Amino acid sequence: MAVWYSLLLVLGMSLFVYLGAGLLGLQAIFGIVIPYAAILVFLIGFTMRVLGWAKSPVPFRIPTTAGQQKSLDWIKPSKIDSPYTTWGVVGRMAMEVLLFRSLFRNTKAEITEGKLAYGSNKWLWLGGILFHYTFLTIVIRHLRFFTEPVPYFVQVLDNIDGMLQIGSPVIYQTDVILVAALLFLLIRRLVSPQLRYLSLPADYFPLFLILGIALSGIMMRYFAIFKVDLMSVKVLAMGLATFNPTVPEGIGVMFYIHLFFFSMLLAYFPFSKLMHLGGVFLSPTRNLPNDSRMVRHVNPWNAPVKVHTYEHYEDDFREKMIEADLPVEKQA
Amino acid sequence: MSQAPKPEELLRVSHIPPKKDWMDPRVDLIPGTWGYPGKASSLETLGLPNPREWNPTDEDWKLPPNWKEIIHEGLKERLEKYRSLKVFLDICVRCGACADKCHFFIGSGDPKNMPVLRAELLRSIYRKDFTAVGRMLGTFAGGRELTEDVIKEWFYYFHQCTECRRCSLYCPYGIDTAEITIVVRELLNLIGVNIDWILGAAANCYRTGNHLGLEPHTFKGNIDFLVDDIEEYVGVRLNPTFNRKGAEVLFIAPSGDVFADPGIFTYMGYLMLFEHIGLDYTISTYASEGGNFGLFTSQETMKRLNSKMYAEAKRLGVKWILGGECGHMWRVLHQYMDTMNGPADFLEVPKSPLTGTVFDNAKSTKMIHIVEFMADLIHHGKLKLNPKRNDYLRTTWHDSCNVSRGMGMFEEPRYVLKSVCNNFFEMPENTIREQTFCCGGGTGLNAGEFEYLRMMGGMPRAFAVKHVQEKHGVNLLVNVCALDRAILPPLMDYWAPEVAVSGLTELVANALVMEGEHDRPTDLRGEDIPGLEGDE
Repeated sequence: MAVWYSLLLVLGMSLFVYLGAGLLGLQAIFGIVIPYAAILVFLIGFTMRVLGWAKSPVPFRIPTTAGQQKSLDWIKPSKIDSPYTTWGVVGRMAMEVLLFRSLFRNTKAEITEGKLAYGSNKWLWLGGILFHYTFLTIVIRHLRFFTEPVPYFVQVLDNIDGMLQIGSPVIYQTDVILVAALLFLLIRRLVSPQLRYLSLPADYFPLFLILGIALSGIMMRYFAIFKVDLMSVKVLAMGLATFNPTVPEGIGVMFYIHLFFFSMLLAYFPFSKLMHLGGVFLSPTRNLPNDSRMVRHVNPWNAPVKVHTYEHYEDDFREKMIEADLPVEKQA
Repeated sequence: MSQAPKPEELLRVSHIPPKKDWMDPRVDLIPGTWGYPGKASSLETLGLPNPREWNPTDEDWKLPPNWKEIIHEGLKERLEKYRSLKVFLDICVRCGACADKCHFFIGSGDPKNMPVLRAELLRSIYRKDFTAVGRMLGTFAGGRELTEDVIKEWFYYFHQCTECRRCSLYCPYGIDTAEITIVVRELLNLIGVNIDWILGAAANCYRTGNHLGLEPHTFKGNIDFLVDDIEEYVGVRLNPTFNRKGAEVLFIAPSGDVFADPGIFTYMGYLMLFEHIGLDYTISTYASEGGNFGLFTSQETMKRLNSKMYAEAKRLGVKWILGGECGHMWRVLHQYMDTMNGPADFLEVPKSPLTGTVFDNAKSTKMIHIVEFMADLIHHGKLKLNPKRNDYLRTTWHDSCNVSRGMGMFEEPRYVLKSVCNNFFEMPENTIREQTFCCGGGTGLNAGEFEYLRMMGGMPRAFAVKHVQEKHGVNLLVNVCALDRAILPPLMDYWAPEVAVSGLTELVANALVMEGEHDRPTDLRGEDIPGLEGDE
């Protein structure tokens, strides 16, 4: 059910744009108002969310240690997986954020013929990392619409991405990989009984939405009937970027669908699991050093508690202690 | 083993989820997988709310009339107190990488034992009550109504998590189910929903200083028995001191080692080691528990129980504290103690009186692990060892969860074990070190009535042992945790018969050449050592 709801929602959204920007001619709404609103929601929402997390303190230093602690001089500590210096933590976080270190450990447990076996299982890591990096590359490539002159690194990236020189216009490898990775992430959710069982609409919706962004973009670029006038698109994009928005005539409706999907992604972002982008940096099991016995960690809400003091304890057991030759503070 | 079916039956576990939607909170309380409720007297000792007689199988759990409000306010307070909770509730993408990392899911196949879904049991309530989207869209946004059935579901599934943190290792964002479980157990304690094996132990620790409830004279008496055993098997009479002011070191071990087989052999090992090196130490009857049952109750209870260590060290005027072999104990000592009850500025940085090694890794807490201490002694040649005395043993090493993923102690125990035993074989790499599997009974799930659950949850650990048993003839599973020493023996009987369980210091002591010892044809358990007759 969750998957159908999500798919219908995304299809409904494209119909909505088709009606609004295509038939009713509300290009100014879809080309200017909605994108600006979406960016605002994204920026404010994202910031609020991160500030909300930051407002709650980290009472205890609780890294998940994944390597040898720093103890005796002659035992080699694991500087990254069990970091004990700031640089170690930076290294661990970089590995986590840039290389998905933890996901790379993934294994698959299976019981076969009375034995429990663990196979290496890097598919999720591969699908995940390909999705994230191709998406990032594509977003950066889009800077060519928002800049004049187009920065050198964007041009270089563009050239590399089209390196294979297949087709006309040249096919970007990232377009192909992004769609493949998204389909992999979607299909694995549907095929694995456990994943299908736990998946929510909130898991399918972003996949369909990003797939919608990718496919609408691909259709505009590679299929003649959806072609849009790139010069006009650039005028609109530059207008948005310079806060001097205009809506040129003659941009095809496919562009507005593409733009609307992306706007929706931005607006949806702060309220969804996509916030893992910000949250991963604040995860206390990853971003703290394993040095709790070396350096005291302070808990801001640490308050006195009622304890059973030694004096109280001795009062409870004094006679028995004396009888057992245990030293006491006060004789009976 | 009445509650658990035969191993062959358990092996036919299915991991395919049921038809019933997970959002339906109703649970079947399968016998052998849930614990008896906390006794009213234990709650009263600790001053915890809603002491009463009740039974999980009853329809009415006798919750306070405003229980919903208490839970809501309790969750709100904890969201403001713990960034971990807030972030972990918000950012899970349900990728499922954690699912088959949980020993309880592997063993039971129950989808709510997938860490991701276990967290959703709380997350769904959080969404409904604390997020705008969840409030508006309800079920569609993954929100659930908080009902009594949810409380019952929490009671069941958050006592099927041992806070071992294996899932957190694989999570791309480090989401730690232990943090979720800790908070839910705190919430449940606010309305008097808890289990006796934890609450009884915590109350005992509070009153007598140890979870067995041994009063001071009995505690000392138990150790005197161990001293007698050492005299019989080794031929040396030891005189440990108790509550002695002015000792250099305060020694604190899990109290299970004072009382239960095979932990007592480890305790005999501690005593022999200290005698061997002439350590100036004392044992406290007040701070007589290393383990901390507060960790399974609430952070406040944890702090109350832990406070005894520093208080006693201060009263006795020792220089530093040495801790015995234990798992959760070391999670608390390593990651919580200094924050909760420090700074320990009245103590000195631990320094080995024999090797002069200064333990800078504990320069703030002033407390070191006995395995760190022993590794240093052996490295400097301060122990007279005859490893041949352990030649009849073919050992493997079980990394206990908490010293692995909550401390990072991997090499020290291996170094010590290899120094005292010539036959050592590692279990498969996906089951050791930071990837180690729980024994199946941590965080207070060691009660008799949890037996079925432990056989399921301990399955991954046991299978790895069985693997080296078949491949290398391993007959001893060595570990550094008191709960392991209690939980692993029946687990081995069930899945890998003929594999015994021991602590590390027991093996060290068995190999120790004590001054003035007589012929030692037996080990510390009083059993003949094969091949040693006439060897010494």
